[in-house]
Amino acid sequence: MSAVLDLFSVLAVLGGCFFFVAGTLGLLRFPDTLSRLHALTKADNLGLGLIVLGLLPRAGSVLGGLKLVLAWALVLLAGAAVSQVIARLARREGSAP
Amino acid sequence: MSTASAYGLLGAVLVGLGLYGVVLQAEPLRRILAFNLLGGGIFLLFGVMARRGAGAGFSGDPVPQAIVITGIVVAFAATALAVHLLLRLQVARDVPAPPEEPRA
Amino acid sequence: MSGAWLLDGVLLLAVPAIALASLLSRRILPALAAFVAYGLLLALVWMRLGAPDVALTEAAVGGGVTGVLLIGAAARLRMPEAEAPPGWPLRLLTALLSLGITAGLAVAVLALPEPAPSLAPQAAAQLAATQLGNPVAGVLLAFRAIDTLLEAVVLVIAVIGIWGMAPDGAWGGRPGPEQLRLAEGPVVLLAMLLPPIGIVFGIYLAWVGADAPGGAFQGGSILAAMWILAWLAGLVRPPRIDSLALRLLVVAGPALFMLVGLAGFVVADGFMAYPAAWTKPVILLVEAALTLSIAVALCLLVAGWPMRRARA
Repeated sequence: MSAVLDLFSVLAVLGGCFFFVAGTLGLLRFPDTLSRLHALTKADNLGLGLIVLGLLPRAGSVLGGLKLVLAWALVLLAGAAVSQVIARLARREGSAP
Repeated sequence: MSTASAYGLLGAVLVGLGLYGVVLQAEPLRRILAFNLLGGGIFLLFGVMARRGAGAGFSGDPVPQAIVITGIVVAFAATALAVHLLLRLQVARDVPAPPEEPRA
Repeated sequence: MSGAWLLDGVLLLAVPAIALASLLSRRILPALAAFVAYGLLLALVWMRLGAPDVALTEAAVGGGVTGVLLIGAAARLRMPEAEAPPGWPLRLLTALLSLGITAGLAVAVLALPEPAPSLAPQAAAQLAATQLGNPVAGVLLAFRAIDTLLEAVVLVIAVIGIWGMAPDGAWGGRPGPEQLRLAEGPVVLLAMLLPPIGIVFGIYLAWVGADAPGGAFQGGSILAAMWILAWLAGLVRPPRIDSLALRLLVVAGPALFMLVGLAGFVVADGFMAYPAAWTKPVILLVEAALTLSIAVALCLLVAGWPMRRARA
């Protein structure tokens, strides 16, 4: 059972890391603000989500697990709000990169 | 070389970078920014002293750690004072030209 | 701990890189974004140095609140036309001098005495007398309480200094610009959803500081961040600076701290000595008042000086 959980943790965290690397590459390489934001959301939502998912079996207690999920939810909330602001600003200033 | 010494060298590098910025940046806001980079390096040097003094069951000497906490807050107070002085100067320069309202 | 060297290596490369990016970026906003990232990376460095209390302070004050202050200023400041950069002899000279300082510090770091001098054993021996579990809280509120008192007073003086910049006729009004540009949809939503969580977390951080990482500075800056967020979203307005309640809040912490310190002459061994039986409750009371005053002072330091002519 624990071996299965360990495998699940490793796979999920690796998956999360993949999305972080992909999101970072996008942030560095994409041409304009909106597509860079698009790349970043992958790191925030999927990357951090998969890492939290992978760490859940290792949280030790239900409360610890809830804290992990809360951290992810707060990052989602802040990320969504800030992306909106940056996108609006980009639109207002024209399509300048 | 221990991990703490490596971070000590990092602190030394940050002090150098910050100092270069404080002296050479043209815009005042960037000088304030560089001043904060410099401060980060100096606090880090304190942290290295604290880490080397780990003992008695603590992960670091608590005295320099506590001093750094007050230092970070005082650095913020100084930064705020400088930033608002800049904003005030801009309004003061605008005063001789009556039509222009202070920008909100 | 086999992976720790990897984390150390990444931090040792990333921190100077982001500092350099912040210095060299041509436009000011990317430079400030890099500075916020610098503060967060430094917080990780503090964790690696075994100083979670400092890490929390650095992340909240060094990265967060300083970042908001600088970005807000960048949005309001007209950047001067780019002056001609100083000539190469001056740049070379400055680089050499900075390099010299770095080299001197590096030599000093490598030549630090072995074994390192430390006050950790003394702090450990006396910590039981304070009934605190967090040695950093013990230093801040008992062993070196005078430093913390002076630091709280510095915040009050900085607030007075900024208020003193008020133009003629604006004294007494509400600090800061009248209209904030961020007051639209998503930020307003964030400013309504986050503070309930942030206020609980800030108070928790201040409360738990007696026995675990946290304390008045960390909790106070989280509380301040929540108010600043609501302010940026246009949900709250700063009170007028001639409000008596506001002024009392700003000085409550340092004033109580000073009273307790003076009371030490009568009920204990001298200035800033606590009566043995009452040590823990007195420290908690002072810390609560300090948290409140620090939070209010940080908000006021970000908000700035009153700009508009005060309406009676």
